[in-house]
Amino acid sequence: MKKLINQVDDVVNEMLDGMTAAYPQYVKRLEGLEVLVRAGGSDGKVALISGGGSGHEPAHGGFVGKGMLDAAVAGAVFTSPTPDQVYEAIKAANGGKGVLLVIKNYTGDVMNFEMAADMARDEGIEVEQVVIGDDVAVENSTWTTGRRGIAGTIFIHKLAGACAEAGGGLDDVKRIAEKVIENVRSMGMAVDACTVPAAGKPSFDLTEDEIEIGIGIHGEPGTHREKISTVDEISDKLLGKILDEGIYNSGDEIAVMVNGMGGTPLMELLVANNHISKVLADKGLKVYKTIVGNYMTSLDMEGYSITLLKLDDELKKYLDAPADTPAFVQQ
Amino acid sequence: MSSRIYDCIVKINETIQTNKDFLTDLDREIGDADHGVNMARGFNAVIEKLNADDADIGGALKKTGMTLLSTVGGASGPLYGTAYMEAGKVVQGKTEITKEDFGEMLRVAIEGIQKRGKAEKGEKTMLDSLLPAYDVYMEKINGGEDLLGALEAACEEAEKGIEYTKTIRATKGRASYLGDRSIGHQDPGATSATLTLETIRDFLKG
Repeated sequence: MKKLINQVDDVVNEMLDGMTAAYPQYVKRLEGLEVLVRAGGSDGKVALISGGGSGHEPAHGGFVGKGMLDAAVAGAVFTSPTPDQVYEAIKAANGGKGVLLVIKNYTGDVMNFEMAADMARDEGIEVEQVVIGDDVAVENSTWTTGRRGIAGTIFIHKLAGACAEAGGGLDDVKRIAEKVIENVRSMGMAVDACTVPAAGKPSFDLTEDEIEIGIGIHGEPGTHREKISTVDEISDKLLGKILDEGIYNSGDEIAVMVNGMGGTPLMELLVANNHISKVLADKGLKVYKTIVGNYMTSLDMEGYSITLLKLDDELKKYLDAPADTPAFVQQ
Repeated sequence: MSSRIYDCIVKINETIQTNKDFLTDLDREIGDADHGVNMARGFNAVIEKLNADDADIGGALKKTGMTLLSTVGGASGPLYGTAYMEAGKVVQGKTEITKEDFGEMLRVAIEGIQKRGKAEKGEKTMLDSLLPAYDVYMEKINGGEDLLGALEAACEEAEKGIEYTKTIRATKGRASYLGDRSIGHQDPGATSATLTLETIRDFLKG
């Protein structure tokens, strides 16, 4: 394993301190905890909190700031944060108007965040939660733990965050988050695996000409492996599966995210988007906004995911609202 | 002099540390390659937190559970944390336990795991080792067997449970994303749960 780290056990701690050193105007760290909150606090508004294992940077700490999150809780790499950490984040971010937890659908995340929510409710804090599962690579049935939460989560941060910033109540902010969840779908792939520092070796092995379609953001296996083809052909497959959901129809307005997994150059993401935009136009879908970049990564994994979000006037308003965070700025 | 419960938890820690890479490798096959790493981090913290002379079994288990809960993360943290905390509740203040006590500890620990994880038998989880182990344990003590004898039988069932997890597909946790591809692999959680029971057995054997 070759990585730019010091001690394996110090990675998350040093990453968080590196964040606060770089962006003191946006975030501060709760002392002794793996929690970033807004530098200026969150008084008088509904607080939006997300988090999860580390290794997905800039998610989630990079989205703490005006118009998006109020706090982000970082666990060990690819491991859900513990209930006590989430509980402290809830207490710190609570501005008196209630707290919404944005949880990616993984067994560990849901359990830890739910335990924290129970603890906070016992203290009289109003806490609601939403669980996002946007990854269409996973069969959504009683036979699985449900779809995984991947890059679509960023749209919740943006839109529900804008609603909270505009003074929306907890019910409203939760309703917007749920509306995003209903209308957002994603699918990803990997050209090569990532290496978790503590594990020291790649989380799976692909041969020289092999790719994994439907990969998760923790190196969880996807739907299948196949021989590498052109990025246009790969995008067709990912988009095909997303469009099969039947929620994006000709004439609909959509937002698109082409998200890098961490080890893929922006050049390749833009090459991918060139074709994606044409395919969507051919289907009669109107692309209202496109976001290309590394937003929900998987350490050094090479690959990308495509996310579509169907919009209406209300969602467009919150998508267009300003945001000012370390990883996402919009005037 | 250190207490019996402290010594027992020290042994469990040793087992976890020894099997750290093994558990992580099992998790790499069907999960996210962190089970051994996470459990090892948690038990390191447990040993730091416990007082060697603390003889209150319930208190020590509660502290163990709380520490696991705040240091392990993932799904194992809440599951093992809950299990130890629940087991501790039924023997609060006790410095010795009977075979009936141990049965009750197993029962409430398993109940806690089921409540938190919303899982049943046959979903390729630690319950596939723990549930049959508990059933046999109760059968044996009701038939007059002593704690160690019953636990020996329970460990055999837990081992069979691990083998059983190889034959089924996962429907809970990250392994469920694999569908049929999870068949053929043993469940890391069932493995660590069985290792825990076996360590307690070996400790009681002295």
